[in-house]
Amino acid sequence: MYQYDDFDRAFLDERNRQFRAQVERRVDGALTEDEFKPLRLMNGVYLQLHAYMLRVAIPYGTLRSDQMRALADLAERWDRGYGHFTTRQNIQYNWPRLADIPDMLDHLATVGLHAIQTSGNTIRNVTADHFSGAAADEIADPRPVAELLRQWSTDHPEFQFLPRKFKIAITGSPNDRAVTRSHDIGLRMIERGGEAGFEVLVGGGLGRTPLIGQVLRDFLPRADLLPYVESILAAYNAAGRRDNKYKARLKITVLEGGLDEFRDAVEAEFPARRAAFTGVDQALLADITDFFAPPAFRDADEGLLDAARAVDPVFRAWTDTNLHPHRRADHAIVTLSLKAHGATPGDATAEQMRAMADLADAYGYGELRISHEQNVILPHVPKDALPALHRELKAQGLATANVGLASDIIACPGMDYCALATARSIPVAQAIALALEEREAEVGQLKIKISGCINACGHHHVGHIGILGLDRAGVENYQITLGGDGTERAAIGERTGPGFPADRIVPAIERLVDAYLDLREDADEPFIDTYRRVGMDPFKAALYDQAGDTAHAA
Amino acid sequence: MSRRSFAPKVVTANHLLEGDVVYLSAADEWVRDLSMAELIDDEAHAQLRLLDAEKQRNVVVGAYLADMAPTGAGPVPVHFREAFRASGPSNRPEHRRAPPAPATPDPIVVPRSDARQTEGAL
Repeated sequence: MYQYDDFDRAFLDERNRQFRAQVERRVDGALTEDEFKPLRLMNGVYLQLHAYMLRVAIPYGTLRSDQMRALADLAERWDRGYGHFTTRQNIQYNWPRLADIPDMLDHLATVGLHAIQTSGNTIRNVTADHFSGAAADEIADPRPVAELLRQWSTDHPEFQFLPRKFKIAITGSPNDRAVTRSHDIGLRMIERGGEAGFEVLVGGGLGRTPLIGQVLRDFLPRADLLPYVESILAAYNAAGRRDNKYKARLKITVLEGGLDEFRDAVEAEFPARRAAFTGVDQALLADITDFFAPPAFRDADEGLLDAARAVDPVFRAWTDTNLHPHRRADHAIVTLSLKAHGATPGDATAEQMRAMADLADAYGYGELRISHEQNVILPHVPKDALPALHRELKAQGLATANVGLASDIIACPGMDYCALATARSIPVAQAIALALEEREAEVGQLKIKISGCINACGHHHVGHIGILGLDRAGVENYQITLGGDGTERAAIGERTGPGFPADRIVPAIERLVDAYLDLREDADEPFIDTYRRVGMDPFKAALYDQAGDTAHAA
Repeated sequence: MSRRSFAPKVVTANHLLEGDVVYLSAADEWVRDLSMAELIDDEAHAQLRLLDAEKQRNVVVGAYLADMAPTGAGPVPVHFREAFRASGPSNRPEHRRAPPAPATPDPIVVPRSDARQTEGAL
């Protein structure tokens, strides 16, 4: 994994020193809140409903075990003993005191982590496939490119005051696990005629105007990446609307002017910017790539896994749901579920973080990943180590066998924490997970995603079942969408109709699941495929044709 | 607006250093306990008190007026957002400052067994 060099360390130390001085000036009154707010946001510090919140970037979702331990330290020493992993491969601390945050940032710097550009109208944390560098279906590891983008975008002077925030996601696999089509820029690593390059998507996004990204370039040569991405940013920086924050994202620029007009603007920028990159970026990329060399894999005995599966049904169930094919047949990618039934999706205690770091060291070459689905991944586990790993995970409450199932719910913090929220998300996720626990294995693959406001941090638009919490006349009300998909078959979910009050949303979701079980051709047809085959009407009937359970208009 | 139609209010903000929710008391102190907040039922007085709060820019952040219902036990939030600000996050009862008002039971019932509580991320 990438290791900071002297330049990186000096930059981060200086940045942290500046922020410490800014906090001191705010506390002693030299800076007003209006002056201080953009400074704290540039460093990932929000003021939320109950407290400040510090959002720490986990670049492209990759962590070393020592970094995970540092995240645990922050939770324990300066927060309330836990952290919340988010849908953008960040971790949020919900309770820091303002004066402590500089110490938190200094501690993060000791392991090469920071909170820079996790807020504000800048290029945010570059996200990537959480199985990067491990997946059997991968063309290439996208993380060296993601790290190059991170270095290029961090403190890039031209892009510190964009019209609005800007999100980039990258995948090295044709199976899109990074939701690339819902980002301002989505990069898909592809090969054409033996040459490595990218398909470049732009203008995707969720929020109040959900749009699927469109292809700006169907094949961009690998060496053109930075100048081309820079050209996109420059074109957006010039054309993006600054008169209305709700129309300021790139997706609106592309929507209003059209893809061709935007492409023309990008291509007009490109030649000069391409010329300015003299190849130093490719030399840097080559150096970075060396850091992402795979670990020295040991040979593993695959027979042990089959033997353990045969005798232990709990272990078998866990291996059925929480493993993913590794590029080596004798290894597996293991997802540690942060979705214990009834728990807050994405929350981990300091104790659990340390346990995951220890298990990564013991069984997984010291590597971890954080997924946008709010789980933790051990990307390289020898298959003969799985039974022992599972035993230890059980002791930590981290062995829930539900990855990809109904209770593996994405949920934003919602009104339990977030100042922007219009309703709660977390209790809805908790209640649905418990309500569906008994039959989720029978139900199979089902992605439920919940957002507590229209900004859609919970990705509800791309949930097979999406739930959006709103404030309707001072009461929490939940709208349902169906048929969303965040993969390479990306689709925006369709609204079912009127929303449901808080005390009726869980039974409504149960009726949808009942309807699916009745409608599916067989157990191999997942919810999303059944929905695509039969359409909205039968699900709508299941939701609304219930005597005495009329939904409140929303 | 006539005095009759003015919804009673309190001045609330977040504390600059702690970030937590505070209310302005009649004694000009920032208090954490909503029941000790000054309940204002006059619009002109409310605006003056808000100005008083905004002057304390190095003590609190983002002062505003929040609608409250007067009760025998002091002001009670009218909107659920203010209720959560007053009580804390519903998913972590141990971090709650005050229990939710008995008059507004939580509509989302999250059944919890003891076993689940120990397994869940507490």
